Formats: sequence, structure tokens, C-alpha cells
Amino acid sequence: MLYREAGQYKTSYAADQAVFPILQDRIGLVAILLIAFVVIPISGSEFLLQAMMIPILVMGLAAIGLNLLIGYTGLISLGTGAFMGVGAYACYKLATLFPGVNILIWVIASGLAAAGVGVLFGLPSLRIKGFYLAVATLAAQFFLSWCFIRVPWLYNYNISASIEVPTRTFLGIPVTGPTATPVTRYLVVLTIVVVMTWLASNLVHGRIGRMWMAVRDMDIAAELIGIKLYRTKLLAFAVSSFYCGVAGAMLAFLWLGAAESESFNINQSFLVLFMVIIGGLGSLTGSFFGAIFIWGLPIVLRNAPGVFGLSITAATIEHITFMTVGALIIFFLIVEPAGLARLWQIAKQKLRVWPFPY
Amino acid sequence: MNILYQIFIDPLVQMGTAPDLLVQTLWEGLVAGVLYALIALGFVLIFKASGVFNFAQGIMVVFAALTLVGLYERGVPAFVALGLTIVVMLGLAFAIERLMLRPLVNQPDIILFMATFGLTYILIGLGEMIFGGDPKVMITDALYLPRGAIDVKMLGGFVSLQKIDIAAAIIASIMVAGLAVFFQKTRIGRALRAVADSHKAALSVGISLEQIWVVVWFAAGIVALATGIMWGARSNVSFALEIIALKALPVLILGGFTSIPGAIIGGVIIGIGEKLGEFYWGPLLGSGIESWLAYVIALIFLLFRPQGLFGERIIERI
Amino acid sequence: MRARGQVDVAAGEAILSVEHVSLAFGGVKALSDVSFDIRTGEIRAIIGPNGAGKTSMLNVINGFYQPQQGRIAFKGKLRAKMRPNEAARGGIARTFQNVALFRGMTALDNIMAGRSLAMHANFFCQLLRYGPALNEEVAHRRRVEEIIDFLEIAHIRKVQVGRLPYGLQKRVELGRALAMEPDLLLLDEPMAGMNLEEKEDMSRFILDVNNQFGTTIALIEHDMGVVMDLSDRVVVLDYGRKIADGTPEQVKRDQAVIDAYLGVAH
Repeated sequence: MLYREAGQYKTSYAADQAVFPILQDRIGLVAILLIAFVVIPISGSEFLLQAMMIPILVMGLAAIGLNLLIGYTGLISLGTGAFMGVGAYACYKLATLFPGVNILIWVIASGLAAAGVGVLFGLPSLRIKGFYLAVATLAAQFFLSWCFIRVPWLYNYNISASIEVPTRTFLGIPVTGPTATPVTRYLVVLTIVVVMTWLASNLVHGRIGRMWMAVRDMDIAAELIGIKLYRTKLLAFAVSSFYCGVAGAMLAFLWLGAAESESFNINQSFLVLFMVIIGGLGSLTGSFFGAIFIWGLPIVLRNAPGVFGLSITAATIEHITFMTVGALIIFFLIVEPAGLARLWQIAKQKLRVWPFPY
Repeated sequence: MNILYQIFIDPLVQMGTAPDLLVQTLWEGLVAGVLYALIALGFVLIFKASGVFNFAQGIMVVFAALTLVGLYERGVPAFVALGLTIVVMLGLAFAIERLMLRPLVNQPDIILFMATFGLTYILIGLGEMIFGGDPKVMITDALYLPRGAIDVKMLGGFVSLQKIDIAAAIIASIMVAGLAVFFQKTRIGRALRAVADSHKAALSVGISLEQIWVVVWFAAGIVALATGIMWGARSNVSFALEIIALKALPVLILGGFTSIPGAIIGGVIIGIGEKLGEFYWGPLLGSGIESWLAYVIALIFLLFRPQGLFGERIIERI
Repeated sequence: MRARGQVDVAAGEAILSVEHVSLAFGGVKALSDVSFDIRTGEIRAIIGPNGAGKTSMLNVINGFYQPQQGRIAFKGKLRAKMRPNEAARGGIARTFQNVALFRGMTALDNIMAGRSLAMHANFFCQLLRYGPALNEEVAHRRRVEEIIDFLEIAHIRKVQVGRLPYGLQKRVELGRALAMEPDLLLLDEPMAGMNLEEKEDMSRFILDVNNQFGTTIALIEHDMGVVMDLSDRVVVLDYGRKIADGTPEQVKRDQAVIDAYLGVAH
């Protein structure tokens, strides 16, 4: 009843090809943006912002990056953590070498650094496919993790081998460093994530998205219609790593305020991978669903006993969290391999005919 | 010029002037390689028979070892504990088949691969919860495994061979030979290979997928137990082993995902390559290159042979 | 769409000629010393018993396989080695026996993918989905919709192709090939698995493509009725060799062809 397209006729191809052709979807989108930009900063607690919203946005962006590679182009990558790290360390070096330049420029530029590294480690993709390519990305992951410790220049020879983010301002307000407030950082992260998601959406709905999906579905046929496989794959690596790099820079500068090699290790790669799997391969909204789920669930699990008045040790909660996440991964794969995004689509389908059953 | 000397000449000179050290390094590499190979063997078993890339193989190694030690610490005699652990691994195989493999029977391989991620996390949580997260000492003596070393005088110095390592190599060889024979010669082995090729075809000739899967995951569990015992005997049993298990991947790259002898050969190549690299070239680059050297070796191999050393060339029919 | 005669080579001349092509896989000889040509604007059928090497022949023309001997001249240019995407750029499009569609995409997207060669808006315009990129999308969407109307698949164009019945999938695949506006269209058993009605539809489409757009067509087909009705000339292969070449009437009466199909040892 509410979610019907009846009466919404498209009179031009342009209108039909719009990303959100249904009016209700557009309204929903505006509502979400309003809540995100206005309601949450005003009413959300610091805990909500620092522990939930900012990390979900940052990881969601990384998940989009990985999804472009795995979900849209079909190239398995286990090096997400490392590419995020490249972004973080690049941003750090740029910010400390050129303190006068606006930090936001460096956040974006560090994405380019990550893109370059991504293309480098994507070069084998011409000859190597599938699982074997995944192992090549593991080489990237472990090698770069090693570099993050063994190349002291990256962290300005800091004794603790970690990077501490300097204070930088934007329009006079501190956005990074100890004096930046969660609200400020949240708004900066939100803006960057919204813009970059919009760009990704444009890409995947156009020619480049089709090229990627063609490579994923049947690369022989893709060659047949004139697609240059190598270039398409490398472009996927470049764009994907760009997104992961920016996410990494934001992780260091706008979320944690510090970072070290361990922040970008193989476990980080797995974390983002789970987000993509659970959220839905080949879906941008799915990437955010996955981030919300994978990030939010442990927090809920950790706080639930306190809410119910049960006292369980922190260690046990950790263990239960591990087991629950693992079990839920399997559960979701059984119930809906296409992830939360697909469940959302099914829900919308049902909503279309609501209140009728079919 | 100096750099070239350091990379190409110096290490060879070092090898030449202290050949006993070279042999020692080679031996260490061989030993590590055998252990990698055992982990890879578990992968190969499951992949060969069910097409599933069992990411949880590493954690199964840890879990098996922990169960053994945990039972012993609670007062169960060593060999009884061993028997009980075997029963536990059988139970685990049943549970995996019933709860994970059966519901996902027709899904593409990547879904099953991701399901094994979930399995990994479950086993990590479960293992930590039951047995605690502290590293444990393997019950080598209680299992009558040899201790100590044999020092062989050779090449102007001496080479020290740990007896446990020799035992590990022997046990591994026996297992590999046994498994190879099992796959080729027995009825169940043939059924396993049929299932690996095509689930549907295997079903249509009456092979019970469920039985086969339990068998093969149980076998992988036994291999994991043996690996865990051997590995734990050399260093402690801890969850760090899980990451080391990822090293099995380069082994599989070299040896192929479906070849049992390939797992051994690949393991040995990676083990030796790693140790030589770390010992002779490590100081040049900084320590810790073991963490990525194996993967880079595998990557270089892949560039020349995208299907691995023993892998089958995938012919895409149009 | 394009009018007849816009191809470089004038009608009646060969747009493609295969000269003494031999292809072997290990010890198996797929093609032995095969030579024939395809004239611009004609419909050429390649027929023969199973295993005769027909698909291999198409794969060679396409650039999937490189023949050990012989050469191929396309549009007057001699080719040494060609990759499939070069063939595509040169104006050769192809369908497959086993329907090589992109299963994760809708029919519309599959056919739009066929327009990839013609779409040039650069990466940054794509990023913003603005200006040249958006105009291009709409312009090509228009062309694709024409193809969809032509093939009468408008009712399923937003359906994911993996869900479509086989006959419709084959039509979508034809649509994708047509979207490339090829000079030479290679069809590998386009009627396979179809009932009579579907075959008639497909035959009509093939004839229309040839008449309206002037596309040269080479097709592999088993159904003799279709071959006789549709094709201008026929080449017959058996065990990798050419055993006949001529009009359908000539080929039908050729003794060697009859023997091949009846399985007489020769």
C-alpha cells in the first residue's frame, strides 16, 4: 500500500535508468540522510558516535572497496587490511611532511597511494585466477604488514612503532588529534563516506560496473564483446584499493587517532570480508548492512549481559561473541547466501504488496 | 655494486664457509616443511573429496591439540585422552556434516569456503572458552614421543637433529603413504574422488554424500590431531598456530589443491625456501621475512605456472 | 541502424577467407587444410556430423584458437594472431552453443554490455554520472531498446538472465551480439534445443538481421530444413576436412556429404 510504484511512469530512458527510480526509495534516502546529518549529531551520545557510528562508516567504506573487487568483479582479495594500512601511513607521512595542507586533501590523496599499491599487487591477476589470486593478495597483506613495522620512516622513527595523529583543523575547527570532538569527526567521516558511496554507485550503474560484472560472470564472454580484461581488472584493484586506503586514513585520523601495524593485519582483512559476505556480495547497501551487523553485534553481545543483570566475565563474552559471529555467518550462508542486502530486497518486495500476502 | 654483492655473493659465501650450518638450516627447513605439509594434507583431503576449501583446518589443528592436552590436564591418562580426542574429532566431523555441509550442499564453492570461516570462529571461541587462551605444553613424554637431539658430526662442524623431528617426518610419511593408497585402491577412496568431481553424478550412482563427508572430515581431523601433537611438541600449543596454518596456502599453490604427494613436496619446498631465505638473506632485509616469504615464493611460482606445480590445467570449454 | 553496403568490402567479395587452416590439440587434429570464403552479405552455413570441427572453425575465426597452419583474411587484412577482443573490435560477434551470458545481470544489462565497445565516456565522467557519461547511457539505451523490440523480448528485459528459459536466453545472447553492430556474425547452433515455433522465430530474426542490417552471417546448424531455407551457401566439414562447398541444392545432392551423414566409411 505504501510502497507501490503504481502511477510512477517513466517517460524517458534517463528517468528509468536513475539509481532510485521509485519515489518511496528516494524519500527513504532523504530521510536517512537527514537522520544521519542532523538527528544523530544532535542527540547521539559520545559513545554512540565514537564506538558505533564512526567505525561503522569507516568499515562500511572499506567494505564497499572490497565489495567492488569481490562482489562486482569477482576477484578474491585478502589484502584489505594492508591496503587500508597503506592509506593510513601515506596520510600520516603526507600530513607530517606538509603540515600546512588541508588534512582532507591528504586523506583523499592517501587513497591514491593505496590505489597505486593495489594496482601493483593486482598485476598478477592477468595470469592468476580465483583462489590462487587470493593467495597473491595474502602476499601483499603479509608483506605490507611487515613493512609497517620494519620501515621506520613510515612512522617517523617513533619508538613505539605506531603513528600518533597530529592535530589538524578545517575551517578553524580541529578535526583530527586529541582536541577534535566526536561530533566533528563524525560529520567529516559521514560527508566523505556519503560522497564516496555516491561515486561508487555511479560507477557500478554505468558502463564500468557492467564491465566488472561481465568479467565476474564469464570473462571469456567479456573478452568476446571487446572488453579488455586486464585493464578492467586493474581498474577494479585501483578503485577498490582507493576506497580501502581512504577508509584506512580515516581509521587512523578520524576514528582512533592512532594506528600501528596490528590495526591493519590479516584479522582486519577477514573482518571486512565477513562484512561483505554477510552484507551481500555485489551490493553497496549490503556493504553497510554488513558493517552494521559485524561491528554492532559484538558490541550488543558485550553489553547485553549487563542490561539483563547477568554477570559474565569479559573473556567469556569474547568467546561467546566469536562463536555467535561464526554461527551467524554459517546461518546466513544457509538461509540467504546473497546476504542481508537480498533479505532487504525481499522485504521490500513484500512491502510492495502489503497488506496483501502476494 | 655493494648491494649486488650482498644479495648474490655473500649468502653463497656464507653457505660455503659453514656447510654444517647450511645443512642445519636445510634440516630445519625440511622439518618445518613437513609440518606445513601435514596441514596442507588436511586441506587436500577435504578439498579432494568435497570440493570445500576448509579454511578451518588450522584451527582444527589447534583444537585437536588443545583437547588432548586439556583432557590430560584434567587427569585423564595420556592414551585414553588420545582416544577421547579421536572420538571428539569424529563427533566434530558429524556435527560439521549435519549442520554445515548438508544445508549448503548445492551452493557454489565460495559459499562453502566462507562457511568454513564461520566454522573457524566457532572453534576459536569454543576452544578458548573450554580450555582457556594460555599456551599449553604438549604432553610429549606421556605419549612416549622421543625427546632430545642427535648430534651428527659432519662437514667440519656438527648438525643437531631433534629426535621429535625425525619422529614427525616418519609419522608424516606413513600417513601420506597410507592416505595415498587409501584414495587410489579402496572403494571408499574411489567414492571420495567421485564426490570431489561432481556431487550430482556421485549421488546418481548411489554414493552417500553424508557418509563420505563424515569420513573425510574425520580423516582431516586425525591429520590435524597428528599435526597438532607434532607441532605442539616443538613449540607450545596456542592460538598463534592458527595463523601459521595460513602458510599451508602457499604449499597448496605449489603442490596443487588435490595432490597428496604434492602437499609434501610443496611443503618441503616452502619450508626449506623460507628457512634459507630467513637465515641467509634475512639480515639483509631485516628480520621476520618469514612472515611473507612463503607467499612471495608461491606468487612467483604462480606467475610461471598459474595452476601450481602439480595442479591440473583447467581447460575451459566453450 | 546501419544500411547495407557500409562495409569496406563490396557485396559479392569475400569478407572473410580461410586458407589452408589446420588446427590440432595434442594428437587430435580438429581441422585439416580447410579453405573457404564467406562473401559479404551472405548467410553461410557450416554443417557436418558431430565432431567435424565446426565449433573449432568458429573459434579460429574468433581468435580463441590459433591454427598451427594456414591464415585468415578478414576485410582484406591478413591476420597472424588475433585475440577475441581484437576480433570484437574488428567487427566480429559471436554466440555460443552453451549460451555465454552474464548470469548475474539482467537481459537489458547483458545487451547494454554489448555496447561497451561503442561507449567512450572516460572514467571521471562515469564517476559523476554526468554529462557525456549520462548522455551516452541514454543514447545507447535507445539503440538497445530497438534491438529488444526487434527480438521481441521487451517483456523480460529486466529479468536476471539466469532465470530465463533456454530459448529466451539464446535470444538475449543474439541481442548482445547484435548490439556490437558486427560486420560478421558467427552463430553456433542458434536453434539448438528449440521447438518448431521458436525455430521459426529465430529463423525470421536471422533473415531480418541479414536483410535489414546487411550483416554477414556464418552459422553452424544441424537442422537441415533450416540450413536449406536460410543459407545462401553451405560448407560441409567431416573429420576436420572440407568435403563440400556450394549452394544448398548442390550440397544436398553431393555424394560425399550423403556418405558422411549416413556414416559410410571413407
